[in-house]
Amino acid sequence: MQTIQDKIGHFPRQLEDESIYILREVAAQFERPALLFSGGKDSITLVRLAQKAFFPGKIPFPLVHIDTGHNFPETIEFRDWLAKETGAELIVRYVQDSINQGKAKEESGKYASRNVLQTVTLLDTIEEFKFDACIGGARRDEEKARAKERIFSVRDDFGQWDAKRQRPELFDMLNGRIAVGENVRVFPISNWTELDVWNYIKEEKMEIPSIYYSHKRQVIERDGMLWADSEYLNKEADEIPFEATVRFRTVGDMTCTAAVSSDATDIDVIIEEILSAEISERGARIDDKRSEAAMEKRKQQGYF
Amino acid sequence: MDILRIATAGSVDDGKSTLIGRLLYETNSITKDKIEALESASKRKGLDFLDLSLLTDGLIAEREQGITIDVAHIYFSTPTRKYIIADTPGHVEYTRNMVTGASNAKVSLILVDARQGVVEQTARHLSIAAMLRIPKVIICVNKMDLVQYQESTFNAIKESLSELVTQTTFEGQEISFLPISSLYGQNITQKASEMPWYSGNTLLGELEAFEYASTLAHAPARFPVQFVVRPMTEAYHDYRGYAGKISSGTFKVGDSIRVLPTGQESTIATIEKFDSKLDQAIAGDSVTITLTTDIDISRGNTLVLASEDQAPQLKDFSAQVCWLDHTALTPGKTYLLQHGINMTKAKISQITERLDVATQTATEGVSSLQLNEIGTIALRTAQPIAADQYAANPANGAFILIDEFSNSTVGVGFVK
Ligand SMILES: Nc1nc2c(ncn2[C@@H]2O[C@H](COP(=O)(O)OP(=O)(O)O)[C@@H](O)[C@H]2O)c(=O)[nH]1
Ligand SMILES: [Mg+2]
Repeated sequence: MQTIQDKIGHFPRQLEDESIYILREVAAQFERPALLFSGGKDSITLVRLAQKAFFPGKIPFPLVHIDTGHNFPETIEFRDWLAKETGAELIVRYVQDSINQGKAKEESGKYASRNVLQTVTLLDTIEEFKFDACIGGARRDEEKARAKERIFSVRDDFGQWDAKRQRPELFDMLNGRIAVGENVRVFPISNWTELDVWNYIKEEKMEIPSIYYSHKRQVIERDGMLWADSEYLNKEADEIPFEATVRFRTVGDMTCTAAVSSDATDIDVIIEEILSAEISERGARIDDKRSEAAMEKRKQQGYF
Repeated sequence: MDILRIATAGSVDDGKSTLIGRLLYETNSITKDKIEALESASKRKGLDFLDLSLLTDGLIAEREQGITIDVAHIYFSTPTRKYIIADTPGHVEYTRNMVTGASNAKVSLILVDARQGVVEQTARHLSIAAMLRIPKVIICVNKMDLVQYQESTFNAIKESLSELVTQTTFEGQEISFLPISSLYGQNITQKASEMPWYSGNTLLGELEAFEYASTLAHAPARFPVQFVVRPMTEAYHDYRGYAGKISSGTFKVGDSIRVLPTGQESTIATIEKFDSKLDQAIAGDSVTITLTTDIDISRGNTLVLASEDQAPQLKDFSAQVCWLDHTALTPGKTYLLQHGINMTKAKISQITERLDVATQTATEGVSSLQLNEIGTIALRTAQPIAADQYAANPANGAFILIDEFSNSTVGVGFVK
């Protein structure tokens, strides 16, 4: 029988070498870097890479989680476990606090989510700790505005991305010089694809939150997708929850990530499913569907 | 699995983005939801065909103007290898983004519009491919459908480029010509039904067959220290590891090394990759090296093999540069020079010559280099840099120039 490795080959280790190089540049070039940790597979991969980059030393920057309050409980549990396991410092800031302070306003309607609101909390957190570099797990294959991003991406003091003013980035030379108030978003796994990440998780035998694997859960059907039922989801009268066997391909908030029907209980089957999937990873992100330019617009506002 | 990096080049509207879209489409690399999004976006634009350029033109401004402004990175795989494609803008104004995309490429796809033939951008991009020493260039004569797929048109373009190609190319560079239609998928992954006179490979065929023999592992050994690992925990009380990515050559446990610029010598005790210990590591590996003796090494120092010729410690040298900023390069000005991970101040003493890309002739006695111009400069650095000649060891011979005040990357240089 054909194994997964026969089909997709081994993980290209060159990508790991490049990502580790980038993480070491961040630690060396900046005074207060932070790793933005979302609890998803991409940021878990980043943590793994950071562990490797500085071994046997500890990860020399904190993991920062912007907690929307709408996270899957499994994600939060995993986050706390991972921080303990790696000995990394964990900083958590809450979107709820920004709402209480009147800086952000809860959305209404059935598509309400806190995805956009988290930018407010993020920018406040950057200011609070004077972070000069924020490491994120975005990949260029995710979305076409992401495909345009540099590895070191300079943001102004409002956190804004100016696509037209990106610095040339040549060979592997990373220019992290910034003015006071500016900061840099760093994307060490820019050149990895979704499959590369899964292949890496497989080869490294990494732990990931249980919701990536098949499980039973209450869902509703909306717009042809399965949405996890939760107290945060604004349901209409005819949207009746039912039990389904699902997993998540990408993990964001409970209000903006759709589940897929799946029996995949191990990583080989997950990879098989991705190989034969007809929709892209971001196709399950309701936040991206708002408009064709949704991602670019959010990035201009300081989104990661 | 091995990775091949490719960059597109050519003038605006030559069909670069369409070509990449076509390549993805024909290799089944586009998922259904993306094709559906493409269909509706094409319809909104009033087109009756799938506008594949919309796949890579991801910025609002790009879609509004129908042009590529910044480089997009696109990924696809075949059972042979993983491809990373940089789709670059064709407009002269955005050459710096083109150079960004091309700098890591091993193959440059230079597109030529079959109706227009060779234009100034063709010459510029051939010069840039030569300057970067990109080992393979495929000149894709596109839009063959608009010239009735005529062999004579293709041959005429090939002929008119021959002199330029001879002038720009260097030993070891492969150059080939390919007649294609990106819009109709002729010679992209399938042999062109409309061009029976062409017997060569398709584009994908050429890419799959290309074997890039990296000579980097055999080049002189260079290890720039990025970060000093000092855990200071009980278990690793006296541990001092030098973390970095090997630029070129091979390092083995037991090798005698010399530290640049201090000149101290020691011996490699261990080469580590996370929790495993290696016997040796080669160019491209991110490792941590420990030494048998305790010497003072910090970020920016370079380890070389004591047995090999020492890397030149350059302070006064000449370099080819490509200028990437709206404010021109002017002699006498001080910039920050970043060579690999190392930064020092540099003063440009003179612009020795400027290259006219169209004619490949040099002009002496120029007083400035403007945006996108290529020239040769003489410069002096505050601290010596451990750089090699770019042609001899590309992994250790390039640098960028940074404006001290705007912090922007304003130029790229290649040690001569
Ligand atoms: N007839 C024809 N038109 C093409 C071909 N390739 C691209 N085009 C068209 O040329 C225009 C510019 O293409 P685009 O890919 O955006 O060019 P770029 O600026 O080089 O990226 C678009 O209208 C394409 O549909 C081709 O092979 N034949
Ligand atoms: Mg284009």
